[in-house]
Amino acid sequence: MSSDDCGKLLLLQAELDGELDAAESAALAEHRATCPICRRNESAIIAARQALQRATYHRPDPEFLRSLAGGIGADRIGADKPSPRRRVPFPWRGLATFGAGAALAAAIVLTVLPAGRQDSITALVDDHVRALQPGHLLDVVSTNQHTVKPWFDGKLDFAPPVRDLAARGFPLLGGRLDYLHGRSVAVLVYSHGKHVLELFVWPTSAAIEEPASAARNGYNVIHWTANGMSFSAVSDLEAAGLEEFVRDWRQTP
Amino acid sequence: MGSDDAFAAVALPHLEAAFNLARWLTGSRADAEDVVQEAMVRALTYFPTFRGGNSRAWILQIVRNTAYKALAARRGAHGAGEFCLEEAGGIEDIPDLGAGPEKALILSDDLTRIDALIEGLPAELRETLILRELEDLSYREISQVTAVPIGTVMSRLWRARRMLAKAAGEGEKQGDRR
Repeated sequence: MSSDDCGKLLLLQAELDGELDAAESAALAEHRATCPICRRNESAIIAARQALQRATYHRPDPEFLRSLAGGIGADRIGADKPSPRRRVPFPWRGLATFGAGAALAAAIVLTVLPAGRQDSITALVDDHVRALQPGHLLDVVSTNQHTVKPWFDGKLDFAPPVRDLAARGFPLLGGRLDYLHGRSVAVLVYSHGKHVLELFVWPTSAAIEEPASAARNGYNVIHWTANGMSFSAVSDLEAAGLEEFVRDWRQTP
Repeated sequence: MGSDDAFAAVALPHLEAAFNLARWLTGSRADAEDVVQEAMVRALTYFPTFRGGNSRAWILQIVRNTAYKALAARRGAHGAGEFCLEEAGGIEDIPDLGAGPEKALILSDDLTRIDALIEGLPAELRETLILRELEDLSYREISQVTAVPIGTVMSRLWRARRMLAKAAGEGEKQGDRR
């Protein structure tokens, strides 16, 4: 071990990369607070990471993506005609740019859910976070809406609508049963890049409500009702991205 | 409805990441397109063996292997060995990252310069850095994509950051900053 290595540098790096769990992080904390080598390297790692944020993310030509997506079956998945409207999924890193574009394109201007709904927002987000724990996310694993929808039959006293948004960049991962607001609800699970989006569905007698948004602990929630169903979309995807999902979902037959 | 649709659902969300990785590994957009295309064909072939784990790591793993195969073919018979560089020094030999060069990195906001520094890294360090910083993969995912243990991922990441900081520092000294 050289004199400029305190023996904990890789652990320090792992901590800064968000790779340590709470116990490991706590075990490192005492050393980290007093070690000058750690302190110096911590600022260097952070600086290197900031510099790397400016590295080029190489994006493929849309034309190439379209031909490739067509080649691997996206045309059959998407019910819509191939057109410039088709958006091929973009990586998370482009979300800042995407958000600006999507915000401009989004026809819906979301109102903020009233404060009286905070309890239900909290319950939704807690449930979503719990579901993200390993093994909790999916009861039925299928990218096929015609598999997911029948799966709910007999497990619920209502038939949740299931839609496939793969062609819009939100592939279906599957579904889950959950218990929320004192009743059984259907949860449809979608992905977008590394983000997981969940759509909670349950019957309601409430009037039609246009989508309204809320945020809690870094998670975004959009709630609306239509056709006698309550819908709540929850994700750590940024607000504009979740709006896009909701808009696509409502537009898909 | 068949396995083609299932494959599309697995592969489609990762096409841009696939291209970005391929471009960083091959150094050219045309090569990257070829690699992504070839990788998708291979992925479709292997799809029946995909057990529904981490689809992003799975796709990127195939893209990476395809890229190295293409590079090796381009560089001739002994090219394949180029990417199996011995880890120079283990975890024991960790140089200090912090003796000043971080200032240079902060100051040099020239895009092409950062890119050039990354291009200059050995392939196994470059891929680790790209997967971590641009694709935001976890150590475990990087370990799967690059087929090395997590400990190796950690030391490669460290060396990549270290070399980047050092290169940035030397650039400063030569005064090639605007």
